[in-house]
Amino acid sequence: MTQSAAQRPVHWLPARVSDLREETATTRTVVFDVPDWPGHVAGQHVDVRLTAEDGYQAERSYSIASPPDGQRVELTIQRVPDGELSTYMVGEMRVGDEAELRGPVGGWFVWQPEESDPVLLVAGGSGLVPLMAMVRERSRAGSAAPFSLLYSVRSPEVVLYAEELARRARDGDGLNISLLYSDSAPEGTARPVGRIRPDDLAATGLPGGSGARAYVCGPTAFVEAVAGLLADHGYDPSSVRTERFGPTGG
Amino acid sequence: MGNMEPAHVDGNAAVGMFAEAFRTDVSAAVVTCASCGRSGRFADRHVYDRGPGLVARCPHCGEVNARMVRTPTDTWLELHGSTSWRIPTSPT
Amino acid sequence: MGVVTRGFVGRRDPATAQLPPGQYLTPDFPVLSAGPTPRIPLDQWRFTVTNETGSEHGWTWSEFLELPIEQPTVDIHCVTKWSKLGTRWQGVSLDTVLGPVQTRASYALVRSYGGYSTNLPLADLRGGKAWIAYRYDGGDLPAEHGGPARLLVPHLYFWKSAKWVRGIELRNDDMPGFWETMGYHSYGDPWRDQRYAGD
Repeated sequence: MTQSAAQRPVHWLPARVSDLREETATTRTVVFDVPDWPGHVAGQHVDVRLTAEDGYQAERSYSIASPPDGQRVELTIQRVPDGELSTYMVGEMRVGDEAELRGPVGGWFVWQPEESDPVLLVAGGSGLVPLMAMVRERSRAGSAAPFSLLYSVRSPEVVLYAEELARRARDGDGLNISLLYSDSAPEGTARPVGRIRPDDLAATGLPGGSGARAYVCGPTAFVEAVAGLLADHGYDPSSVRTERFGPTGG
Repeated sequence: MGNMEPAHVDGNAAVGMFAEAFRTDVSAAVVTCASCGRSGRFADRHVYDRGPGLVARCPHCGEVNARMVRTPTDTWLELHGSTSWRIPTSPT
Repeated sequence: MGVVTRGFVGRRDPATAQLPPGQYLTPDFPVLSAGPTPRIPLDQWRFTVTNETGSEHGWTWSEFLELPIEQPTVDIHCVTKWSKLGTRWQGVSLDTVLGPVQTRASYALVRSYGGYSTNLPLADLRGGKAWIAYRYDGGDLPAEHGGPARLLVPHLYFWKSAKWVRGIELRNDDMPGFWETMGYHSYGDPWRDQRYAGD
């Protein structure tokens, strides 16, 4: 990470919605145009603040889904029950609406194209978002670093970026993608349905000590379970970076 | 929910936050405790991270070796409970 | 005012309308700690108020239980953004505890078993605003929530309500405590969003 990126102060920047993409029944990507955006690195997140007409404010953190791209910042938001921001952003927000963003935040859970070592990405549900930023950045930068993505998801209906993942899997290009269905899977899926298992890690061909770095993102329980599996698979803790989604997703 | 979880995690859970101050992975750093004098890896500290800030304690004597707080504008770091930290030089 | 987000109303049911800025309601009671839960046998527990000249007033557990008790029901607000409304406590008012103490000090430094500390103006401990609480929600205060006894000062952020309280030092100068030396606000009024130094 560059010296200047780490030391830049962070404060609230005006942002305007420039595009919206429905991803699944409960998830939407909001594209913000942020005129003073200082730039970011794949894996970082941002705080979003919304202000009502009477001055009431609420803020939450979201991972950035897009690779660095000038003043464009994409967030993929999952609507959670009673989520104060997500209900609005997924259900009501329109192109042209305004918000404030503060960031980017996070200096550790990041990947940059200068790094050529193999990468193992392990995503639980919406934990895929910052890892997708890394996948997209790898592609944007033309990196040849071998990437393996294990994406644990309940069922086909809630797969995020389904078409893009399928396209990238077809393109190959040093990127391997495995969808690990935990509740129900499409007909004919070889892997038995269930949570991530040691076999899933073994299948990546990236054991610990091979020089690979692992990034794990998802709900706390998922991250802790996977961290344990990685340790069993020979990964030194210094080769594993984790980001836990806490209880305040909303 | 929050009430039944273990009180502390190990230093590995704190490595990310400390990286923002140290600019490197400190899990293998050797920390000498100012209270009991024993040395050990940062990764072995007992870390309390469910509060206003993060507290890393000596696994032998329980005293505080390091504290860190992230505010919106700054990172606060306090190391007076450590006599020294020896951080391996990382390859660039 | 700066940016306004069209159509955003926020979660405004009557309960949350009573919350300080930036807070959300929690149904549980999170356990936040800077260290392991101290286990203090009641026959060794002491609570001591020391004034600015060094003179002490102390109570053993059985002496403390003889003090008049109050039953405050209060809202509590943690700086990590959770709030809990209508929490029910039983304890001794600081007005009772400070009654026998001669002092002209303006500040207090509260100390806990396990090494935690926090500071606040003495005036914020007086006038029916603070208690040493040893019962919560109809039962003994659990150790993980600060038992045998904790300070309860609900008008300030809850990091000021020191768990496992062992004593209060009355001082002429304001000495920052455990979190106040690490970037947190010296006073900590949740209604003015005073989370960090300089807020």
